[in-house]
Amino acid sequence: MRSRHRGPFDEASETRLSRLLPAFSVMLGSCVTLWPTIAGFPFLPPVGLLMLLAWRLIRADALPIWAPLALGLFDDLLSGQPFGLGIATWAMCFFMIDLIDERLMFRDFWQNWLIAAGGTAFYLVVGRLAAVPFGAPVDTVVLVQVLTSIMLFPVVSLLCAWLDQDYEPA
Amino acid sequence: MAPSNNRRPGFSRRAQYGVFASYVFAVAGMLVGVILLALSYFDPTTFGAARTAVAEVTAPVSSVLSYAGRTVGSVPDGVGSYFMVHEQNFALRRQIADDHAVTMRARAINYENRRLKALLGLRERISVPVVSARLVSSSPTSTRRFAVLNAGSWQNVERGQPVLGPDGLIGQIVESGPNTARVLLLTDPESSVPVRRTRDGLPALAVGRGDGLIDVRSVSNAAATFAPNDVFVTSGAGGVYPPNVPVARVLRHGRDIVLAEAVMRASTLDFALVQRAFLPAPPPPAAPPVAVPKP
Repeated sequence: MRSRHRGPFDEASETRLSRLLPAFSVMLGSCVTLWPTIAGFPFLPPVGLLMLLAWRLIRADALPIWAPLALGLFDDLLSGQPFGLGIATWAMCFFMIDLIDERLMFRDFWQNWLIAAGGTAFYLVVGRLAAVPFGAPVDTVVLVQVLTSIMLFPVVSLLCAWLDQDYEPA
Repeated sequence: MAPSNNRRPGFSRRAQYGVFASYVFAVAGMLVGVILLALSYFDPTTFGAARTAVAEVTAPVSSVLSYAGRTVGSVPDGVGSYFMVHEQNFALRRQIADDHAVTMRARAINYENRRLKALLGLRERISVPVVSARLVSSSPTSTRRFAVLNAGSWQNVERGQPVLGPDGLIGQIVESGPNTARVLLLTDPESSVPVRRTRDGLPALAVGRGDGLIDVRSVSNAAATFAPNDVFVTSGAGGVYPPNVPVARVLRHGRDIVLAEAVMRASTLDFALVQRAFLPAPPPPAAPPVAVPKP
């Protein structure tokens, strides 16, 4: 239902694009692995997961609770991680954030960053345990990858906030 | 920002049931995800068909990006090569003249080699090329080391075939779709190639580490010592890789297990050559005819 006249403090009316934009941006983040380079070691942060967490933490109603299932499946098909990793761990991240929201009355950006850091580290460490034999000497590279991912979260968060701002035809 | 509690949608029963159902669906999906993860832990090749189907769509995107990058990247090179042309031409001519004697001697040795092998009655296998194509993308977020090749089963690329670069071995095909294939690179922790040292034929295994380097592990009984710049080539054992393709160069001194780097740094700029498996596995035995009891 679209009101004919909008006051200055009313929310922008929802369009189909604004409803699908979070999901599309997460999928676009997953597509970063298509960049034509042959990586010798895992140097790229999981941009899709960072986008997902940023959307969930900025706007809780941006994505439904079952969205990480579909988006994680899409990411699994592109990332080269073992199949099912994205589906399981991304959904677990959403449940964890739901539980945290239950306890926490109020979140600021530093807490968002901490939650996202936990989620990203969880995904990467589970991926390392599932993909590679336990004795493989990849722990240092995974640690560096976790740190770069945590450092990238504010940028991704800003990008999501920029995408989320309402576009008003003048 | 205060979290909006969207789990209590109001007094509407219908809306409450809707939220409840979405949570049930999400938890069930997560459990399915855990089961899929366990399946792919025990058999990593499961769901390869789904992955290659997606790669069919994404490989053209990567190859267009790669083409654009190559075109833009070659501009400074092309401009730079116009300068110094005369000096380079002169140097190359002199080099050809210098190499002429060596080439003639190599031809003679080659001829003699063939003649001696014929005298010995050796049967030589020749590695048959299948197709040459570019690697278009890889898995930069994962701890596994895969690359996507821009050719598939329509070009006769099959699982288990070796992939070679201009300088040395790149890896092995693990999944093949119609027009794309997945290559397991040498540096993957699951990759293991039988090799031997060029200097004295010391047998070893080149096992990937996952951090861009390779472990060379001696397989001989005597304690083996390695020195920097020892070069290892494929031994041909196992029948997958053709013999005498450079694989790894040792980085430091060591015994039994030593750090090495791959001779061929795979990149999207070079072509990769797919060859037939050197000694293909024998075809599966035909099913024995079922004896039909006579009535």
